[in-house]
Amino acid sequence: MKSLRLTLTALVLSLFVPTAFAQDAPPQTPDVRTIVNKANLAAYYRGEDGKAKVGMTIIDKNGNKRTREFIILRKDVKDGGDQKYFVYFNRPADVRKMVYMVHKHADPAKDDDRWLYMPALDLVRRIAAGDKRTSFVGSDFLYEDVSGRSLEEDTHELTETTDTLFVVKNVPKKPETVEFSYYNVAIDRKTYIPMKMEFYDKDNKLYRVIESKKVEKIQDFPTVVKSVVSNLKTGGRTEMEFSRVTYNINLSENIFTERYLRRPPREAIR
Amino acid sequence: MIGQRCIITAALALAAALPLQAADEPQDGGDSSFLSELPIEFHGFYEMRGGYRLRKDKYQKDMSIMEGRFQADLYSYFDWGDIRVKADVYGDLVEEQADLDLREANVFLRPLDFMDLKIGRQILTWGTGDLVFINDLFPKDWQSFFIGRDTEYLKAPSDALKVSFFGDWANLDIVYTPQFDPDRFIRGERISYWNSGLRRRAGRDAIVHTDRPDECISDHEIAARLYKNIKNYEFAVYGYHGYWKSPGGMNDSMTQAIFPDLNVYGASVRGAVGKGIGNLEIGYYESAGDTSGKNPRINNSEMRYLVGYTQEIGKDFTAGLQYYVEQMLDYDRYKDNLISGPARDRYRHLITLRLTKLLMNQNLRCSLFTYYSPSDKDVYMRPNINYKVNDNLAVELGANMFFGDYPNTFFAQFENNTNLYAGFRYSF
Repeated sequence: MKSLRLTLTALVLSLFVPTAFAQDAPPQTPDVRTIVNKANLAAYYRGEDGKAKVGMTIIDKNGNKRTREFIILRKDVKDGGDQKYFVYFNRPADVRKMVYMVHKHADPAKDDDRWLYMPALDLVRRIAAGDKRTSFVGSDFLYEDVSGRSLEEDTHELTETTDTLFVVKNVPKKPETVEFSYYNVAIDRKTYIPMKMEFYDKDNKLYRVIESKKVEKIQDFPTVVKSVVSNLKTGGRTEMEFSRVTYNINLSENIFTERYLRRPPREAIR
Repeated sequence: MIGQRCIITAALALAAALPLQAADEPQDGGDSSFLSELPIEFHGFYEMRGGYRLRKDKYQKDMSIMEGRFQADLYSYFDWGDIRVKADVYGDLVEEQADLDLREANVFLRPLDFMDLKIGRQILTWGTGDLVFINDLFPKDWQSFFIGRDTEYLKAPSDALKVSFFGDWANLDIVYTPQFDPDRFIRGERISYWNSGLRRRAGRDAIVHTDRPDECISDHEIAARLYKNIKNYEFAVYGYHGYWKSPGGMNDSMTQAIFPDLNVYGASVRGAVGKGIGNLEIGYYESAGDTSGKNPRINNSEMRYLVGYTQEIGKDFTAGLQYYVEQMLDYDRYKDNLISGPARDRYRHLITLRLTKLLMNQNLRCSLFTYYSPSDKDVYMRPNINYKVNDNLAVELGANMFFGDYPNTFFAQFENNTNLYAGFRYSF
């Protein structure tokens, strides 16, 4: 077991998924439920499927860097619902060719199904469902940052509306299960892309910030191509960049099975 | 190690004959070596690993491992398929030799939508156990496992043809190995063991001599797996026709260990249970060289059972528990005909516990895998600490610890091989 693995928990990947594209700016402010639904689709469910190459740079408070590079394939089972992910690692060298696969379940009562393929052993391992608030591949991103936190887990309140942004405050329904007391999300009014998330600890002190640094239109879908998370407590940060993003590439359902775990599809290795 | 097996030669010849028009695109920002210009991906690692016995063993050197290793992993893919060659070159001070271990050399083809082929030397694994194997009868390298090499070396390569069929109803894998590939089992040259003939532990003074079925084609193995995923519960049935993978008997004159005929039939299921993953696996080992169980020189037939459960029990902290039983099926006949004691128990019970904790942004992994047999009253522990210094370099410290009440039981026989090792690996 090489290390990324377990932890991997995460899947993350969805960040790359683009956004819901936005219609023209609404004449009236929509209700908060509509806003968070649209933001969820914009951030995690664009197109029927998608592919991206992800480069991650993890920088600790002393400036030491570690890198991760992987290709993600995503297929939606249902918009706003279940999804499947296939993550093929290129770097670092010790996890090269390792594959992490997730069948994500939108129902909070049902844990995601996760697999890891270790090529040196030709071993398909099943990974136990984990705490979604743990690090994804050793980075400052958490599993939930990437695969999305279920809308049902928080109450949502529209606290501010500016010319360009809706700011939504989210308070967990079960505060004992998370390390934050609440978080604010600033959502672009046109694209519904979450541009900034600010997490406050139990003392109501800001300690964690995720920002969408660069958004590009790809196949008409506004897409976050660079995001950064900063952990104000540890002084660490992680930058994530998405390249070669494509949508609606008609990925076969079969890719998300053991056959392709053992022998990744060309889509994943090129 | 460097077997000249028929199939591999054929695979390599085939690979060489095909044009290298190619496939790979250079890594972004990549390595500037000339190889990046070729349609070949080239990776691997350098490794140094050293270890010593913690107990005196008069049949072995104090050094348990002292080796430098270089692995080259070459891979290329084309429109018609993939080619892979992975080879280790290593020098070892315990055996005082250098060697080449060709771990993979195969061609992968997808001739039909519903069919995959992999031909040549390859690592093969299936089944649900964690370091416990019932229906995975592909060769294991127990020696590497016990002296502290990376866990990946527990799997020894097979020279085989793997054909896979994929269908809506189920999937089928068939692995044909034209020439029997035994385990790299404990034979005494660097791990001492219980020698039942001598009735004591033995090592380099009594290397196990074997008479191995080694005719290409006539001494073949066939393994098959039929499997299906139903709502992410993975069901499988297995069959195997071949030989006991480690010596399972003695010849009539009791001078050589043999690999009697073996057929195995089994089944498994794995899937989510509560917050974790559960697995169940069973296998019927038909010792076909002596189905009556009367021949004391050939292993009894057995039933083997495994149940396991893995769950995350804390942040970056995972625990896995397994319970495994081997049941001798003709035990009374075995006891009646036993040539030299002590007799085995009818049932061998084994419990395993894996604990893995990740720390320091998951760069430090502390793990402990423990086998404990309440029936044999012995224990095998594998503590390991691995730290990733940076993206390329990892350092590691670990041990293989054997304890037991009796010198002849499965793990206790290795008691004097208890060792501590350290190593580093630079991957590229």
